[in-house]
Amino acid sequence: MAEQRRLTGYRRPDGSVGIRNHVVILPVDDLSNAAAEHIAQVVPGTLALPHAYGRLQFGEDLELTFRTLIGTGSNPNVAAAVVVGIEPNWANRVADGIAKTGKPVHAVSIEGRGDLAVIEQGARVAKGFLQDATELVREPVDRSELMLSIKCGESDPTTGLGSCPTTAQAVDRWIDAGGTVLFGETTELTGGEHLVAERCKDDQVRAKFQHIYDRYIELVERTGANLLGSQPTQGNIAGGLSTIEEKAMGNIAKTGTKPVVDALEPAEAPTTPGLNFMDTSSAAAECVTLMAAAGAVLHLFPTGQGNVIGNPIEPVVKITANPRTAETMTEHIDVDCSGLLRREYSLPDAGDRLMDVADRVVNGRLTCAEALGHREYVFTKLYPSA
Amino acid sequence: MAENAPDFLAHATGDSVGVAVRDLSPGRITGGFLDGTAAPDFELLEPVPLGHKFAMTDIADGADVVEYGVRVGLASRAVKVGEHVHVHNMRSARWQNSVA
Repeated sequence: MAEQRRLTGYRRPDGSVGIRNHVVILPVDDLSNAAAEHIAQVVPGTLALPHAYGRLQFGEDLELTFRTLIGTGSNPNVAAAVVVGIEPNWANRVADGIAKTGKPVHAVSIEGRGDLAVIEQGARVAKGFLQDATELVREPVDRSELMLSIKCGESDPTTGLGSCPTTAQAVDRWIDAGGTVLFGETTELTGGEHLVAERCKDDQVRAKFQHIYDRYIELVERTGANLLGSQPTQGNIAGGLSTIEEKAMGNIAKTGTKPVVDALEPAEAPTTPGLNFMDTSSAAAECVTLMAAAGAVLHLFPTGQGNVIGNPIEPVVKITANPRTAETMTEHIDVDCSGLLRREYSLPDAGDRLMDVADRVVNGRLTCAEALGHREYVFTKLYPSA
Repeated sequence: MAENAPDFLAHATGDSVGVAVRDLSPGRITGGFLDGTAAPDFELLEPVPLGHKFAMTDIADGADVVEYGVRVGLASRAVKVGEHVHVHNMRSARWQNSVA
């Protein structure tokens, strides 16, 4: 076993634990992106989170957007948030949701005032939040307090042979320590969904999982479209994956061996420690954004052909077993476990290497994606806006 | 390490396909299983790039292609031992209208 490293993090007022200390400037809608980004420019060290939606959404789609916005601000990696909206009602709704965590949050709105007044007001608040956040100190934390998420991308058969089983080592160890782990990628379970169903801890969770899975597949089929050509992706096929079933088996290989304790709606915060399934798209940025909105503070991302995704608030650790990717995309790869394919070391040894890097990232080491400025923040849209 | 490094790895005993762990040329290849100590060898009939699959058994047209110990698709034409297995000769058994 690897040496046990002391873990440190930021304990938030609601007791949750983060591994980063961001002050975010969170636009409620696309119209507020410009003011949010300007506030972040006036107060360097804060982080604007521009995105494409938030206007004229309705029903379940609107609820998901609110859940994503409030979840992002509530994520334990966020110390404080300035919420910027075109009008006050929805901006206050998001800010009130974040305020339930007890962390500092303030809403500003643009109508009747204009961008420049809002930028000044938001910047004054953000400056104070930032100074206060810099006084927060890391303290010893337990692994069980750190919510982990997993999702792979640009997969190829080396992910199923190497980087996903390595990730599974970390998942099992996290859960053995009492931790919570999220996995998703609903359509990418196709061909192995029965294996996930078998691992559900009881019939109630199994029924929830099966309902979510069937609902997603029905959605796809109702469009009359064929996922062939999208699943597997063109990158997957170039890498050697031939069918969705083959891709699914690699995907499932990273979930480890523990029971599935719950099946969650997109961006729904888990309440049960252990391995939680969440309904998500398999598109990397959408999936990680939803998992971060559910409270995940660290993401493990196995890749074959070299997906470069990051997230603004949740560090993303890239793991590859593809020796070509490890060599040609070295600046993106946090953990190279290609030696597994050459049988240079065992799977538990590869797990030790991953845990070592994960724990250093917990303690503050920037991931490749963080260092390269990857901040993909992408909302899941369920249907067109009104 | 290189002299002991395998040419391919397969997930489970009984699988009908193995995965090249480096770019392979036609000829004799040796490898292993993730779930056992057997060290099988095969005569590869065509080039198989890193990460791509080859047949470890003959697979009849329409028969299951087995990897990880489960069906991961169907042969869309007869496949001989040692052939490259990919979208030109296998297809999903799941997606509607899957014809690749």
